[in-house]
Amino acid sequence: MRWGEIIKRLVLVPPTLFGVAVIVFVLLRVVPGDPIAMMIPPGASEADITRLRALYGLDQPILQQFATWLGQVASGDLGRSISVRQGVLDLLLARLPATIELALLATVIAVVLGVLVALAGILLRGRRAEWAVDGGVGALLAIPDFLWALILLLLFGVLIPWLPISGRVDPQIDIDLRSNFYLLESLLTGRFDTASALLHHMFLPALALALPFAALVARILKASLADAEDQDYAQIARARGYSRPAILLHEVFPNALIPTVALGGVQLTLLLGGTVLVERIFSYEGIGNMAIDAVINRDFPLIQGLVLTFAVLFIALNLAVDLVVALLDPRLRHG
Amino acid sequence: MADAMADIALTLPPSRLLAGLKRGGARLWVGAALVAVLVLVAAFAPVLAPHDPLEQDLMSAQLPPAWMQGGDHAYLLGTDSLGRCVLSRLIYSARIAVAVALIAATLAALIGVALGLFAGSFGGWVDQLISRLIDVWMAFPPVLLSIVLAAVIGAGLTSVIAAIVVVDWTRFARVVRAETMVQLTRDYAAAARVIGLSRAKLLRLEVLPNLVPLLVTLLAVEMGIAILVEVILSFVGISVAGDTPTWGSMIAEGRQIVYQAPWIMALPIVCIISSVIGLNLLGDGLRLALDPVQRS
Repeated sequence: MRWGEIIKRLVLVPPTLFGVAVIVFVLLRVVPGDPIAMMIPPGASEADITRLRALYGLDQPILQQFATWLGQVASGDLGRSISVRQGVLDLLLARLPATIELALLATVIAVVLGVLVALAGILLRGRRAEWAVDGGVGALLAIPDFLWALILLLLFGVLIPWLPISGRVDPQIDIDLRSNFYLLESLLTGRFDTASALLHHMFLPALALALPFAALVARILKASLADAEDQDYAQIARARGYSRPAILLHEVFPNALIPTVALGGVQLTLLLGGTVLVERIFSYEGIGNMAIDAVINRDFPLIQGLVLTFAVLFIALNLAVDLVVALLDPRLRHG
Repeated sequence: MADAMADIALTLPPSRLLAGLKRGGARLWVGAALVAVLVLVAAFAPVLAPHDPLEQDLMSAQLPPAWMQGGDHAYLLGTDSLGRCVLSRLIYSARIAVAVALIAATLAALIGVALGLFAGSFGGWVDQLISRLIDVWMAFPPVLLSIVLAAVIGAGLTSVIAAIVVVDWTRFARVVRAETMVQLTRDYAAAARVIGLSRAKLLRLEVLPNLVPLLVTLLAVEMGIAILVEVILSFVGISVAGDTPTWGSMIAEGRQIVYQAPWIMALPIVCIISSVIGLNLLGDGLRLALDPVQRS
């Protein structure tokens, strides 16, 4: 990835965001026909409906409505939730940290697991055990995160009841924290009993999100390691008498990292998207679980805010991955 | 696409067909067997199911499978909390899964392949337009987008299929666009232009057949994805009508009583995994069997 490519990506962000806004508007304002019909209680009078229609600007032409709505969204005004009767932005900010912490924990687990499996696979290269590693990775990849969530819930929540299977923290624990980043804050302020309770609750959903991602990291990293190990520089280092682990660690690994981050990073968005269902399955109070509640309650302002939030996170994540890849590539670093 | 596949089958002499099947190997056979079981179960559901899947028998609710303590031989895989036969519900659920897999994946493929061919062969602003459209689509989490779509369109099989098609056409469009561009740089495409083949004919007669192995794999994977999305939608409670049995709704019901009756949740998961892995293996096997490079 060249710097020119990155600039091209950056230039494409505003049109993509605009396209996202158009889709969300069409999906939630135009397709359902009449949003007011969803909001009013049964038995509302004709006058009430007209008043509500004017209040939400629904009596305006559709393009005018879009322009008004876009202006509001751009200034951070996402409206009020119908089912929870609070500002959508406040609701999002309250719940988003839970999802970010879950996704981060899942990423850490996935990277550690993926790197270990890839290293095991490469050290076993050419032996029969390599097939076992490859087969295991294939099975992990074929089953998506929400099925892992259900399987883990059955195995380690019910059959062998090791871990709790619902919520973010035990109801009897008194959360006395300032931010909504419970785990990060309790770790930073040294409240390890709270952190441990949080981790107990987060482990199964995070592992479910991590397993397919770990398999992907393992597969790409192993292939890149095998590729890099066959290059001349690795062979020469071998001939000079350096040990295989030393060569793998110092020479091969840094080069194999670039394709892994480039290909694996893109899949991070899938992990984030996976939180929607995994949070639901484990009754974890993040924005994914909230999104499903919003859909069930037909809470259009909230759905709108959530879909926009996910889209912005997706676009930001993809850009961040491109940047990291650019920074890792020595051809770019040295000009 | 079906035409193109038939062409390949017809133009292959029997020995090559056999060689192809051999190359597909164990994946092809295991995958085909799993998919065949799924399709047959769906087709013959009324014959195979021991009970009416909707029939409630509150006197024998939450029975465990027959081989476990307290099981009843009339209900081989036990009953749910309303006393409905779990085996019969699993069997009837296969019908929704197969219907969604076939229709949604085929429609997504048709739209995606058409747009991918356009973008890949016309280039210029057509390509820009379609590529930007794909960018915008990729900015949404697919699961959330299909949940929202299905909810907005309203419950029912049609809306589930529409939600999958609208979200997943990009999978085909992206790959077909890139592959069409590659194919058009090949010598055979230049030769076809020299002898005066029109763009439409070139795409239909020369490029599309070369995409078949790739498309078959994508289609099989997409059928697996369609089954998973239907499971997700019915798990959330916005799929087909409430009392129609689906694997997703069975999982949702099982989640409520997971401590009392874990098998209710476990059994549909087994069905889903065997179907999805079967489709993935079949796709892989067919790709190996049809690959024109390996064929020559």
